[in-house]
Amino acid sequence: MTMAACRRSPGRLPLSHSPTAIEHEHNPALQHHFADMDQQKKAAALGMWLFLATEIMFFGGMFCAYLVYRYWYYNEFAAGSRSLDLKWGTINTAVLICSSLTVALSVRAAQLGKRKLLVILLLLTLLFGLVFLGIKGIEWKSKFEEHHVPGVAFNVNDIMHEYPQIPIDPQHAQVFFSLYFAMTGLHALHMIIGVGLFTFIAYYAYKGRYGPGYYTPLENAGLYWHFVDIIWIYLFPLLYLIDRKPLR
Amino acid sequence: MSEHIVSSRLYYTIWIVLLVLTGLTAWISTINLGPLNTIVALVIASGKASIVALFFMHLKYTSEKHTRTVVIASLFWVGILFVLSMADYVTRATAR
Repeated sequence: MTMAACRRSPGRLPLSHSPTAIEHEHNPALQHHFADMDQQKKAAALGMWLFLATEIMFFGGMFCAYLVYRYWYYNEFAAGSRSLDLKWGTINTAVLICSSLTVALSVRAAQLGKRKLLVILLLLTLLFGLVFLGIKGIEWKSKFEEHHVPGVAFNVNDIMHEYPQIPIDPQHAQVFFSLYFAMTGLHALHMIIGVGLFTFIAYYAYKGRYGPGYYTPLENAGLYWHFVDIIWIYLFPLLYLIDRKPLR
Repeated sequence: MSEHIVSSRLYYTIWIVLLVLTGLTAWISTINLGPLNTIVALVIASGKASIVALFFMHLKYTSEKHTRTVVIASLFWVGILFVLSMADYVTRATAR
């Protein structure tokens, strides 16, 4: 509640008679336990940020495991990182940044009531999200073919041959690839959930549910999408760019 | 936060900056800076993450103290996780 709005409605009770409630009486999206749309929107935003705080701790556990093992097995992390495809990793980072742009622009389109633009931007977001997952699939497939997936078939002889300068313990390399698959896998799962969310959002946007008066689901799904983008912004250097310097 | 509408020009500028930083971090990683490589990569990543949070997630425009509290608190908690965990692992002779 801004100061100006506080001054406009000095007494909040009874809620049904507060000026803001009357003003927004006809908005069908207003739930009865909120005084007005502004309060409803702010409550939803706070809830979303609290959810993102739990997500930070969720991913934080993985990043902490990564820190400890990278500190212990730096050589294997450096060699494992070199075996990842820098080209695809960079392209995928760019794809996610493009999707974040379309999400930010879609919130703006809803604020301005541009429904057609909103739907186009949401479909573009879905496209970028699917392209990201497709590229991730290509990368994972090549890792399976190279036997770099932890398990009985795990084999890093090719990496040891390619970088004889780096002393590698295959067991420790397995830890790097376990973390690679766990972290990118968890991130990809979030992307899949995000694509699912935005499918619904795009459908309802097409139906005309979102406009300047009400776009909370879009805004909160957008916050989620940007958060998943930020996780990737850290995963990219931590997994792909550990050690790319020319070897002597 | 709610009623602030960011200009699309600013969004496009942010987008270009993020793409340039992505290319930059990939390129710098191939240059030998010694131990600085990791630091540069993390500084660029944090810069990108901050830009996304401030502009795309509208943190710069929010007047809500609750939102800021949640963001700062979650970073502080994850900081506790990293710093205290690593303080332990770095200073102990543990079996690897």
